[in-house]
Amino acid sequence: MKLELRNITKRFGTLTANDNISLTLEPGEIHSLLGENGAGKSTLMNVLYGLLQPDEGEILIDGASVKFNGPGDAMAAGIGMVHQHFMLIPVFTVAENVVLGNEPTSKLGSLDLEKARALVKEISDRFGFQIDPDAKIQDLPVGAQQRVEIIKSLARNAKALVLDEPTAVLTPQETDELMDIMRGLAKSGTSIIFITHKLREVQQVSDRITVIRQGKVVASPSPKASASELASLMVGREVDLNIKRKPPKVGAETLVIRDLTVLDDRQHQMVDGVSFSVRDGEVLAIAGVQGNGQTELAEAILGLRKIHSGSIEVAGRDLTKSTVREVLEAGLGYIPEDRKKDGLVGDFTISENLMLDGSYAPPFAKGFEIDFANRDRIAEELIAEFDIRTPSATTLVKQLSGGNQQKVVVARELGRELKVLVASQPTRGVDVGSIEFIHEQIIAARDAGKSVVIISTELDEVLALADRIAVMYRGRIVGIVDSKATREKLGKMMAGIAA
Amino acid sequence: MSAKKASNVSQIQEDRVNSVLREIMAGDPVRIALSVLLGFFIGAIFMVVFNTDVVKSWSNFGADPNLALSTVWWTVQDGYGALFTGSIFNLSAGSFVEGIRPLTETLRFAAPLIMAGLGVALTFRVGLFNIGATGQIMMGLAGATFISTRTHMPIILHMLVAVLAAIICAMLWGVVVGVLKARTGAHEVIVTIMLNYVATSLFTYLLREPNLLLEANGAGTPKSDNPDGTARLGRLLGPDFNLHYGLIFAILAVFAYWWLMERSTFGFRFKMVGHNASAARTAGIKVENTFIWALAISAAFAGLAAANQGLSVDGGLTASIEAGIGFDAITVALLGGSRAGGVVMAGLLFGAFKAGSATMQVSGVSPEVLGVVKALIVLFIAAPPIIRAFYRLPSPSIKIIESAQKAKAAKVVS
Repeated sequence: MKLELRNITKRFGTLTANDNISLTLEPGEIHSLLGENGAGKSTLMNVLYGLLQPDEGEILIDGASVKFNGPGDAMAAGIGMVHQHFMLIPVFTVAENVVLGNEPTSKLGSLDLEKARALVKEISDRFGFQIDPDAKIQDLPVGAQQRVEIIKSLARNAKALVLDEPTAVLTPQETDELMDIMRGLAKSGTSIIFITHKLREVQQVSDRITVIRQGKVVASPSPKASASELASLMVGREVDLNIKRKPPKVGAETLVIRDLTVLDDRQHQMVDGVSFSVRDGEVLAIAGVQGNGQTELAEAILGLRKIHSGSIEVAGRDLTKSTVREVLEAGLGYIPEDRKKDGLVGDFTISENLMLDGSYAPPFAKGFEIDFANRDRIAEELIAEFDIRTPSATTLVKQLSGGNQQKVVVARELGRELKVLVASQPTRGVDVGSIEFIHEQIIAARDAGKSVVIISTELDEVLALADRIAVMYRGRIVGIVDSKATREKLGKMMAGIAA
Repeated sequence: MSAKKASNVSQIQEDRVNSVLREIMAGDPVRIALSVLLGFFIGAIFMVVFNTDVVKSWSNFGADPNLALSTVWWTVQDGYGALFTGSIFNLSAGSFVEGIRPLTETLRFAAPLIMAGLGVALTFRVGLFNIGATGQIMMGLAGATFISTRTHMPIILHMLVAVLAAIICAMLWGVVVGVLKARTGAHEVIVTIMLNYVATSLFTYLLREPNLLLEANGAGTPKSDNPDGTARLGRLLGPDFNLHYGLIFAILAVFAYWWLMERSTFGFRFKMVGHNASAARTAGIKVENTFIWALAISAAFAGLAAANQGLSVDGGLTASIEAGIGFDAITVALLGGSRAGGVVMAGLLFGAFKAGSATMQVSGVSPEVLGVVKALIVLFIAAPPIIRAFYRLPSPSIKIIESAQKAKAAKVVS
């Protein structure tokens, strides 16, 4: 099947999310759609999947114009979509999930699970997916769940698959496996639109690349293009992907964590006997696939989450039972992984957000009253220092781009006297330009002699920043290695295999 | 993974509910003004449709269309004209003092609405949908009445102590809600509704007790003595006007509220919790304690409204002295967008409705029209999409996209 998007334009109010975008997908081709967050990739795919109607332009299948009024039409036409968040029912088996909404029935109208099972087995064997039709979704690793999503589409005779940021949730090994699967599918004639912002993967697997920036197609570079070429196209200017940093000048151990055990809200043990220490002037990265206890570890350090056993010390002071405010006052800076939920108040202005955790004391407060003069002065200083692009300090934070929002958080946390910085996913959902800047700031904090902990699921980020790398798997630290560790070795550790 | 995904879905639903609630409680001034306008407009339709003169003239529309149309006009003008006469200025009055009396009546009715409205507004800003002002006023009344009828003190001091008693009793009632919410997670809407019933019955019970609040020589009816002269809120403009010192308390309350919410660090914390409790917690704020403080301070404002009512009656009081203020306070807070200035305006509007309804009745328009107007205004505020559809306003999500685009444009410029 040949799929064509011709001159698609989609506007929201005065914003043009897709501006005259054309895209062709040949049979058996892997076509990478590369662009930053907010470039218009998702809008384009929602148009293709019938979730949005284009204002202009048309969709053609094998040269004939088609109109999709909803995902049902798109699926019927042979288009399958694997969303970033899986649409699976955890307590159902693979076979049940695959046929859901399209159940084969026996003559009497009852569900024919045998047929479903056979179907899953057939597809799984054909592409080497190694999926057991009777396994429950909740028991499968994330990579396998993703393959179930793909089987779901193939079971409905999808000829063109859209994979939306499929590697965001995978370990490096699972990512490699997915790349193999994609190649296999393409060889058998299924074409794939691969949406991502990760350059390495684009280079590995693409037959063709289209780069989208601010709603427009800006280039169709060759699959052999270098990473920095691709990055420059994506961002629209030269990008230096390698941060220059001096060897660390380490000092005393400032953050010391011993045998820390933390439970989540359902009383599951999420952090299991974790010990490590961070010295002044170094960056310790905690790598690992999402959901292996990193979130709970960070929350426990900040005092947000109760510690079940073990201890946390900052500069010799025991903070195991401290409140969040005590931890902050002890000199810990904290960048939460979900800035919109935990780091910012969207309806507050930038200047108000910059005093979120210090509003009760000088310089932000004068007695019981807010010191407005200081607040505004500090805001202007931090906006300039941290290059926050905004019309003014009184702009609401929710109106800023993701990168500038994150700069507000970084500015607030680095803007005060710190001993330790704990940063979770410091560049998630942030544009490449801001990633560069935030990384520079983190390294600057390290060089100023602060102890820095980076919690990141992005291996590129870990390798760019870390002096030492601790890998977490199922609540435990698999090992702590130095920054020269290979990608492959780290990948193995992320899957729980000790070095 | 699975549970995480399930929680994501409920998170999204919760976000949607919260964003609608927040939009309602935040109150965009333009939308509110349009709601009021539309409320008055539909109120006018009611006046016209149920007026016999209009119906008669329209049945002869073919014969005399001018008459039909002018009857409509005059009916509306009479109705809202009477509201003006009864609440702002009586143009046909013999003297200026007589003429201005309606305005002072509006102020008298507005004062308790403003004070209680500020209390409710405060909790809205913290993200709590508190509808417990009624109960807090009842408890405040109990405190004020006890001090004003059972104790004897010098003038002014007696009044101040009675006001303080009203504030403290109301605050205690508010703290109960806060503690239940903070410690058990009970939802404040349920708790406040139920405590309203409890407080109303409790106050009536106290009014029946000969040793507590029941009037001297009282029979079975739950009614108190008249407050001591020393405890009464004195007349502000002399014996010609009913307006009393409650207005001064209302003005002080407005300034206190403004300072608290706009200038103080407490207000900043309240707003932070109201907009994003999760970020507040990460910033080191004890969200549960903030709820308790907010409910306590909110109840203090309700207590002031109670004092206003309890210390200005003539001839003893019953539970009916509450006069629906606790419930109207919710409306006033919504209508005022939970801002000090907005609450003042909304309180004045509702005070005018109360002051003007008698003259409307005299002029032959049923004052229930005002009830309809009031209810419709709230309905429109509580359902932003209706107002947006009626006036073809853009939805807020589009507004955000547009402003994001503006921010982007600014970025390009810089």
